[in-house]
Amino acid sequence: MDAIILQILNGLDKGSAYALIALGLTLIFGTLGVVNFAHGALFMLGAFCAVTLSRLLQLSHEVVDDTRTDFLGNPLTVDVPYVYDIFGESAGAAIIDWAVPLAILFAIPIMILIGVVMERGLIKHFYKRPHADQILVTFGLAIVLQEVIKYFYGANPIPTPAPSAFVGSFDFGAVLGFDPGSIVYPYWRLIYFFFAAIVIAAVFAFLQFTTFGMVVRAGMADRETVTLLGIDIDKRFTIMFGLAAAVAGLAGVMYTPINSPNYHMGMDFLVLSFVVVVVGGMGSLPGAVLAGFLLGIIEAFASMSEVLEILPGINQIVIYLVAIIVLLTRPRGLMGRKGVMED
Amino acid sequence: MGILEVRDVSKRFGGLQALGDVNLSVAERSVHAIIGPNGAGKSTLLNCLVGKLIPDTGSVSFEGQSVLGRKPHEINQMGISRVFQTPEIFGDLTVLENMLIPCFAHRDGAFDLSAYANMMSDTEIVDRAEHALSDMRMADKRHMHAASLSRGDKRRLEIGMCLAQEPRLLLLDEPTAGMARADTNNTIDLLREIKETRPITICIIEHDMHVVFSLAERITVLAQGTPLVEDTPDRIKGHPKVREAYLGESSGH
Amino acid sequence: MTDQVTNASGAPIPAAQTRRDARDRVLGLGKKDFGLFLLVIALTMLAPFILNPFPEGSALSQFNAGYPDLMQRFVIFGIFAIGFNILFGLTGYLSFGHAAFLGVGSYAGIWAMKLLTLNVIPSIVTSIVVAGLFAAIVGFISLRRSGIYFSILTLAFAMMSFALAYSVLTPITGGETGMQLQYFDPRILDGPLEPGTTPRANLFGLEMAASYQLEVGAWLFTFNAGYYIAAIVMLIAFYLAIRIFRSPFGMMLRAIKSNQQRMNYTGLNSKPYTLAAFIISGMYAGLAGGLLVAMDTQVGAERMFWTASGEVVLMTILGGAGTLIGPVLGAGFIKYFENIVSKINESTLEAWFAFLPGGLSDAAVAVVYPFVGKGWHLTLGLLFMAVVIFLPGGLVQGGSKLATVFRRDRNAGPVEGAAAEKRQAAED
Repeated sequence: MDAIILQILNGLDKGSAYALIALGLTLIFGTLGVVNFAHGALFMLGAFCAVTLSRLLQLSHEVVDDTRTDFLGNPLTVDVPYVYDIFGESAGAAIIDWAVPLAILFAIPIMILIGVVMERGLIKHFYKRPHADQILVTFGLAIVLQEVIKYFYGANPIPTPAPSAFVGSFDFGAVLGFDPGSIVYPYWRLIYFFFAAIVIAAVFAFLQFTTFGMVVRAGMADRETVTLLGIDIDKRFTIMFGLAAAVAGLAGVMYTPINSPNYHMGMDFLVLSFVVVVVGGMGSLPGAVLAGFLLGIIEAFASMSEVLEILPGINQIVIYLVAIIVLLTRPRGLMGRKGVMED
Repeated sequence: MGILEVRDVSKRFGGLQALGDVNLSVAERSVHAIIGPNGAGKSTLLNCLVGKLIPDTGSVSFEGQSVLGRKPHEINQMGISRVFQTPEIFGDLTVLENMLIPCFAHRDGAFDLSAYANMMSDTEIVDRAEHALSDMRMADKRHMHAASLSRGDKRRLEIGMCLAQEPRLLLLDEPTAGMARADTNNTIDLLREIKETRPITICIIEHDMHVVFSLAERITVLAQGTPLVEDTPDRIKGHPKVREAYLGESSGH
Repeated sequence: MTDQVTNASGAPIPAAQTRRDARDRVLGLGKKDFGLFLLVIALTMLAPFILNPFPEGSALSQFNAGYPDLMQRFVIFGIFAIGFNILFGLTGYLSFGHAAFLGVGSYAGIWAMKLLTLNVIPSIVTSIVVAGLFAAIVGFISLRRSGIYFSILTLAFAMMSFALAYSVLTPITGGETGMQLQYFDPRILDGPLEPGTTPRANLFGLEMAASYQLEVGAWLFTFNAGYYIAAIVMLIAFYLAIRIFRSPFGMMLRAIKSNQQRMNYTGLNSKPYTLAAFIISGMYAGLAGGLLVAMDTQVGAERMFWTASGEVVLMTILGGAGTLIGPVLGAGFIKYFENIVSKINESTLEAWFAFLPGGLSDAAVAVVYPFVGKGWHLTLGLLFMAVVIFLPGGLVQGGSKLATVFRRDRNAGPVEGAAAEKRQAAED
């Protein structure tokens, strides 16, 4: 029992990332009808927003500290971050420590801007082109974006730690009445899951309860009719693209403490996220979320040593295997609608 | 016994009874029209004939053989060709290539792996395609892209492609929908010519009464998924039930 | 209707006009195709000269691509792209997992060399057969779906193959370290090698690595046995591709891309056509994989990673999907970038811009540097985007557009251009 709970928990954080990226992909696909292969790059850009903010906060100038001396007896020069000057030393240190959560605020406007620029500058010219062309041009864009990041940040992963308050693990075992230490789960992964749940809930609430969301949902179902009603659906779709970019970006920001960001992390996630979207059903938002968590948990279970003893290597391929089975038995995915992408 | 026999065919979509116990017999080498107001089930019936839809009950047989459960290409190979409402042709290919494809399909069957032969050295096929093009009076357009043809020419090409397979039954789904009067008349003339020169049965679904009464020898009127009457054009014209079905409540005026 | 063939004006057509070009066929190819084939023969045979235009030791000699390793890659990836184009260019089915067939072909090839003989012919034949069988299985399942679902299915299969080769299948794939030939391999046809000797692939005794070097003044030209064998194989593969393009089968594949509905209602079963195309293109990939093994006698699982599948997509699109020569050009282009442009470093750039005054030269270096050397992927990505946006027919279309600018008087564009323009027209 405790092993099962542990695997479900293990599946949740990766599942959250899959679900968030797949949600953004589906928003773009459902509203604009565009297959966005650059979506993984948006996830990666979000992660590098966190890296950038943490670097900006640590920008410092040299100060001669008269109270201390180096080994030669000269006064010691120390680097003092500018934030210390502004907020004082203890508050400044806390701000630097909290760089990743703070990056959420930093990333939202940036990611929305990137999304809007992408949509207006490139994607909108591809609405009427075949899906293959959309895949290809966004694939090219993804290469360009990751190379730009590689140029500025280098090829190595950049460790970006979580605030020190969240370092360490939570002992679920003790809380749930199992042996202490049997279910240990890092705090940050827990936070990632709750964060993902909040973002997903916010997106659904936004689409469900606002007029804007209602129009977008109507547009997803039948674009022509909504346009005929005299609503400028294009502008709303641009905003949706910005929103989807922000969702992907936030997923990336919060993921940095779990995996140190590198320039190709987006591509690694993209391939899996597309599998998630297809399993969930192209164009279905609940399907994307469901499939994201489902595949994350299945992957975690397949990684159990008991399973690996019977089926060695299954953890490496289980997601693809599930995808193939789902696509062949339920051609429209778990919750897909009829007639989507079936050209 | 007609060339095409439809027996007690019904089809439901959810709560909607699209077809209910349709019986239809199309006599060999006749021109049979199926008419009816919007939503009468004409297209559903046609889709059941070509294998795109499978009816819930009943049977459809062509020349005594059942077509049910067969795939569209198998039904086509039995001798049924279909012309679509909007011309379905190979837009990326040239007019001649469009015509070569049905010629190959007619001779070599549903699949033929001749990947090494040159298609233009197959004189038998090329001659046949050229013939088919001149029959459609399109020989001078042979090197044009099919997508760049006019709507009327696309329709001619599609009909020509169907005929190149020498089908015994030609199904036409509103072949003049959205056409200008001149193009409609050209199509009527073309179909009339086909009927007179070829051993073929034509089954036509049509909205345009002008087309129906210029061509059809027998007419079935479909309303709400069931055949209302079946008769010759002259009798259909004055039939009270037909007027009622078409004009609905306005028949009382 | 009459039996007499007449044209629109009623005059008889002299013995079916379109049959005229059937008479002047060479090797079963039309005039233009034959011309193109001759051009490719000339280019591949003279490649050691063409690719080494700069004298040894000169500043520009680093742009020389005429060394065996790279020349082999040009033709081998050319084969890979030609095969991919038979599937994508003709049927429009975008496979994102073609590297799997290349990888499977490589593993099959190296095992043939381990178990049978160091002669490359049995090894290459094994590669083709095994890759073809694997493609038959993957294709049979993936082709049940179309559009993006097909792309994702092929991607899933390729990633599964990669993951398995990397982990569970280590006994037959070598896992992370890959597979190499050993002197103690039980080659049943060759007999054992002396302990400590390095096994080298050969063709009836002619080693792949054998080279002849020709010095002409300051120029050095290398003629490598492996390259010429691979080049001849590529010419055969290219010739077969032309035949497929011009065959009834090839036309059916284009018909599938154009209108699958009409295809089915014309009595044609599109499934075996797409499956056959998929298997053929898988066999081409296997052939490329087998040749790679023949040249460097080793395989690694990274050959199957999805980026490798993406690369062949890039090659084909960049060169011109659906054209004959496009994929070969695209493959050459990308391999040149990968191997030559990637080597340009800061000091090379400084040497180039040295003629500019100090500040300007630094600025020029700073501007160009991100796009060359390690940044070559960036240039490639930008170029690829530009091609997809502005030239859907790829470099071939670009070339034919240029050609029409220069030759306004000719009505007909070149053969290749026509195909590219077609694609463009279909999308307009």
